[in-house]
Amino acid sequence: MPRMTSRLIIAAALVATAGCAKKRPDVLPPAPPSTPPAATPTPTPPPPQTGVVPGSKADFEQSVVSDTIHFDTDAYNVDPQSQQILDSQATWLKKYPNVHITVEGHCDERGTREYNLALGDRRANAAANYLIAQGVDSSRITTISYGKERPIALGDTPQDWAQNRRAVTVVLN
Amino acid sequence: MPTRLWTRIARLILAPLALLLFHQAAFAQVEVNVVGGASAPTPIAVPAMPTDTPVNTAAGPTDQLGRQLAQVISDDLKNSGLFRPLSPDVLRPVSFQQVSAPTFDYWSTTGAQALVQGFVKANSDGTLTVGCYLYDVFAQNELQRQGFVVSPGEWRRAAHKCADMVYTRMTGDGPYFDSRIVYVSETGPKTHRIKRLAIMDQDGANHRFLTNGQSIVLTPRFAPNQQTIVYMSYANKQPSIHVYNLGSGHSRELVSGRHLTFGPVVSPDGRWVLFSMAIGGNTDLYRIPIGGGTPQRLTNSPGIDTGGSYSPDGSRIAFESDRSGTQQVYIMNADGSNQHRISFGSGRYGTPAWSPRGDLIAYTHIGANFRIGVMKPDGSGQRLLTDSWQDEGPSWAPNGRVIVFQRTPRGSGLPQIWTVDLTGQYEHHIPTPLGGSDPDWGPLRK
Repeated sequence: MPRMTSRLIIAAALVATAGCAKKRPDVLPPAPPSTPPAATPTPTPPPPQTGVVPGSKADFEQSVVSDTIHFDTDAYNVDPQSQQILDSQATWLKKYPNVHITVEGHCDERGTREYNLALGDRRANAAANYLIAQGVDSSRITTISYGKERPIALGDTPQDWAQNRRAVTVVLN
Repeated sequence: MPTRLWTRIARLILAPLALLLFHQAAFAQVEVNVVGGASAPTPIAVPAMPTDTPVNTAAGPTDQLGRQLAQVISDDLKNSGLFRPLSPDVLRPVSFQQVSAPTFDYWSTTGAQALVQGFVKANSDGTLTVGCYLYDVFAQNELQRQGFVVSPGEWRRAAHKCADMVYTRMTGDGPYFDSRIVYVSETGPKTHRIKRLAIMDQDGANHRFLTNGQSIVLTPRFAPNQQTIVYMSYANKQPSIHVYNLGSGHSRELVSGRHLTFGPVVSPDGRWVLFSMAIGGNTDLYRIPIGGGTPQRLTNSPGIDTGGSYSPDGSRIAFESDRSGTQQVYIMNADGSNQHRISFGSGRYGTPAWSPRGDLIAYTHIGANFRIGVMKPDGSGQRLLTDSWQDEGPSWAPNGRVIVFQRTPRGSGLPQIWTVDLTGQYEHHIPTPLGGSDPDWGPLRK
């Protein structure tokens, strides 16, 4: 039963992110128990092309390479793959100059509580600073660190931790 | 608060006066060895406490309370790891008259080295008097006695006070059973876990939630006054430090502004809150008057400086920093001067916690596993006390001999509250209704 649920969720996630998730880790997280994560984009099927409002959250998620970049253990540098993702975000954000965003910084669970809050702040700021350097006005960006409080992958393997070390760009409606 | 009803007396029961005298030489043999830590727990008998006349009280009939008092005392002593209470089937009922005149001939056949007797008595003003007597079974004499007057609702405190008397008299260490722990209760899946501040007695009893779980809350810590708790909250999606008042149940934000503030601790004199603030990706330590005001910056390194903990005299601060490249423990004066690293060894070191005795600093050692360790304030004498998948965030019992921390068993995803004694030989799981993290052990209650 858990296995079947897990397959269904993976299938749903693949549909949701088809064509835009170049940097997804190989292994997807096990099925979340019930409701979807509150602090991350919900993996609902994409709305039909025609229904997307330009400049909206849905438009952002369809238009960019990904809303998420990942980091190595204890690191907060933006690597070339992440730069591509943030470039696509910056391009979209410059097209809609009235849109505000929050960049969330997250860590894996293999760190102590307070250190992870600080590390999550570093990661959120690293992503935000990159966007600013690409020409996005800093007044449009807020950052928030969740430390290890809001993982998306539930397991405790290195693959789970790799998914959880991330910065997520969230469009504010 | 019900504390008001506690008359704060460790009132000596005066009769019979003659037995108050005891002889130093006679009880030397029942001293508990806490230095080596390798000695077997001391066998001790804690029979039910009789009552002169069974009376119904707000906490139940006094004869029933007498049994419950003995159980709480017995559990406290057992959970210290230093005592082995005899099983109930060996315990013989004690009459009210025998409380101050034990039948040593019987107790010496049970293997008990020490005997704790007492009584419970309902007073005309609605309070309870609990007498607590400690005897040396071999020498057949009394070692110590105390009496406590409590409101019925606080009968467990009388038991903890009695256990503290026994523990202190027999180990030479300070008391710690009459104290509380504040922590974060956890429930729900990891992706959207619900976290609530909760407070309980050190044995898990009298548990209650302080916040409703609408916002993530982290790292609560007691102020020395025991009525104030500082913590970090994500209320309004603005993660920052708040101050909670146990009397009123109200919270206020301590540090205003849009920067992330976290990791608060109150200075031993109760005047300052030491905390971490992240500005533009750089985290440093600051302090602010507990009533609010302007933060004063204490560290100024490009690394992460966090996890501050005051020395018991308030003159120094232990903290962690990754300015060298990895998390390590540092010490500085309370004004931020003389910062220097004290942890050297393999792996990383975080979450320093200065013992209330001043002699040791506990920490989380991060290697393949996360483990609780202790070292001297100069960094020497490092000892790892636990070895589990993820043990984290030590906090000291008021006597500096026991440490509470959070333990997440691998694969569970849900932390629990555990204690370990300084020898590392005795671990104990404190029961909580849900998961538990970020425990802070408060001072001995007044």
